[in-house]
Amino acid sequence: MPKLKPEDLERITEKVKRTMILREGTGRAKITVHMGTCGIAAGSRAIMSALIKEIEEKDIKDVILTTSSCAGLCSREPMITVEVQNQPPVKYVDLTPEKVKEIFDKHVLSGEIVKEYALAFGSERVP
Amino acid sequence: MAYRANLMLCTCTMCVSVGALKIKKKLEEELKKHNLEDEIQIILTGSSWLCTKGPTLIVQPDDVVYQLLKEEDIPHLVEEHFLKGRPVKSLMYIHPEALHPIEKLHEIPFYRDQRLVALWNRGIIDPDQIDEYIARDGYKALAKVLKSMTPEEVVQEIKDSGLRGRGGAGFPTGRKWEFCRKNPNTPKYLICNADEGDPGAFMDRSIIEADPHSLIEGIQIAAYAIGAEKGYVYVRLEYPLAIKRLNRAISQAREYGLLGKDIFGSGFDFDIEMFRGAGAFVCGEETSLIHSIEGRPAEPTQKPPFPVEKGLFGSPTVINNVETLANLPRIINFGAEWFASIGTEKSKGTKVFSLAGNINNAGLVEVPMGITLREMVYDIGGGIPNGKKFKAVQTGGPSGGVIPSSLLDLPIDYERLQEAGAIMGSGGMIIVDEDTCMVDLAKYFLAFTNDESCGKCTSCREGSAAMLEILTKISEGRGEEGDIEFLEELGEAIKDASQCGLGQTLSNPVLSAIKHFREEFETHIKDKKCPAGVCKALIEYSIDPEKCTGCMACVKVCPQSAITGERKKPHKIDQSECIKCGVCKDACKFDAVKVE
Repeated sequence: MPKLKPEDLERITEKVKRTMILREGTGRAKITVHMGTCGIAAGSRAIMSALIKEIEEKDIKDVILTTSSCAGLCSREPMITVEVQNQPPVKYVDLTPEKVKEIFDKHVLSGEIVKEYALAFGSERVP
Repeated sequence: MAYRANLMLCTCTMCVSVGALKIKKKLEEELKKHNLEDEIQIILTGSSWLCTKGPTLIVQPDDVVYQLLKEEDIPHLVEEHFLKGRPVKSLMYIHPEALHPIEKLHEIPFYRDQRLVALWNRGIIDPDQIDEYIARDGYKALAKVLKSMTPEEVVQEIKDSGLRGRGGAGFPTGRKWEFCRKNPNTPKYLICNADEGDPGAFMDRSIIEADPHSLIEGIQIAAYAIGAEKGYVYVRLEYPLAIKRLNRAISQAREYGLLGKDIFGSGFDFDIEMFRGAGAFVCGEETSLIHSIEGRPAEPTQKPPFPVEKGLFGSPTVINNVETLANLPRIINFGAEWFASIGTEKSKGTKVFSLAGNINNAGLVEVPMGITLREMVYDIGGGIPNGKKFKAVQTGGPSGGVIPSSLLDLPIDYERLQEAGAIMGSGGMIIVDEDTCMVDLAKYFLAFTNDESCGKCTSCREGSAAMLEILTKISEGRGEEGDIEFLEELGEAIKDASQCGLGQTLSNPVLSAIKHFREEFETHIKDKKCPAGVCKALIEYSIDPEKCTGCMACVKVCPQSAITGERKKPHKIDQSECIKCGVCKDACKFDAVKVE
């Protein structure tokens, strides 16, 4: 191991950035895969795997991928919710790994909502 | 590997002792069963959470915290939360007296009201991964001082920040450094005092266990400022996990060239040696600590000369506490002005406390100076368990004193605590409820210091024994008129006549207890009664025949078979057999056992 120079600190920071963003919860976007029993039955595992693959292949550091339970619309699973920073969340329905790939490229990375797969903007009202 | 979630499992000494490593094994098994091992990573962290609620697990990015985990909870937890995305409410933290759990970690008062400076990385990084430390601005402060600041500028920056020693006395850190910097003699030494000995204090251990690199970086900054090429960490042997993690961190830093010759190509050479103390309380005192490293008997010597003039091996030496040093990287990164904006007029920044005793949320907290005791006890601490009343808080351990409930709105800083007869100390905070006897508490601390006195000064050695004897006498009902005044006089004399901090402060717990709870001492002496029902010689257990239902519960548990009675008839305690252990009182469901 060669001795560290001050500029190496940045390199190491970059290398671990994804892990740190995950723990600090400060990504530029958050994707929630709905993984209730209904979602899993409809194939949300494949959606999750596809997203993990995208993040790994493209080496994206600042997108948080997480799960949540059934979104209440079991017939339209698999579903995901995409929240780009400072924008309302968007729910996507009837997904396939191919559709998710497209959403990842267009919405998550470029901020352009993929209207044909989207169900609605925003979340349900909570009291 | 792109993980989608990190499970931050606390593996501090306390969580390990209640089975954190078993939880880790079970989590691994269950994650594997659901094929989640490539998506979800388990991270072992240092002390991160409420220490009495362990093992604890913080799930990120969900910001959910689970407490009091048992192995049998894990299969359900993994399937529900990590597979199906449904956080398990029944395992979450519930605030005392609340009905529902708080779902988000950062909304929990214990967390929300804290401000992390020294504990910047606690629970967020794996202490064994230097890269994770670096990713949280680690070693950037070191690079900054080595590349762009002169040692004098570093000293000035710390002086401007207002940082004061966190070990107890609160001496301004920058000034201490300046004395050493200006001393023409070489070599110079930097010693980190990690000989944490106050009963109920675990701040230093937790900092080292959670974030050892913060300490290393702090030591380096201090060493550069004073001009030392060698540093020692004096850590007590009773901290095996802290020693292990710090040793590992030191070797990682050496591998990266962050310790050794020509650090960051700046020409600054520095290395650290670990020194394990054998656990004598007096070694927390500067001069004793120095003698211990030198291989001499661990006894104090007269100051002056202070260590900055003539310290380790006769060389100028700065001794800083773990927490003081752990603050440094943040002060350098964010600036003296930022640090000085936190806290009160003369006490800047934050302070780490270990909350212990009769408190719901016992644990490690870091708060801005100036927060009130009330906020500490009720908001962060979650109040007193079992609906009992708050009686007092003991700060500063055996060198400190008690603060009564009438001073609950006292802001916590060096000056205010001193005015109240206590001290900031290193940060141990023991909360006691109405069932605690102040004579007994004072006696406990005196027994500790009497045992730990090195014996060099007669005032400390014999004085502590004499005070302990009087306190024992009072607690056994043999107290006489004049005892309180004698304790006061003797206490002051020991302060004046002892050479080191141990002797100079050992009477504080007694003097402050007399100051705030004089009546309780008088009741012991004049009425031969212990109002809190603690001092065994002064109390009597009896059964209220009105309340006793004759259930036999106390009869069954009494180790002395001192309780007699038949089913459905009131029971009776034979006073000649009773050893006042209180087991019957705990066993009684009808509140029929009285203590008088």
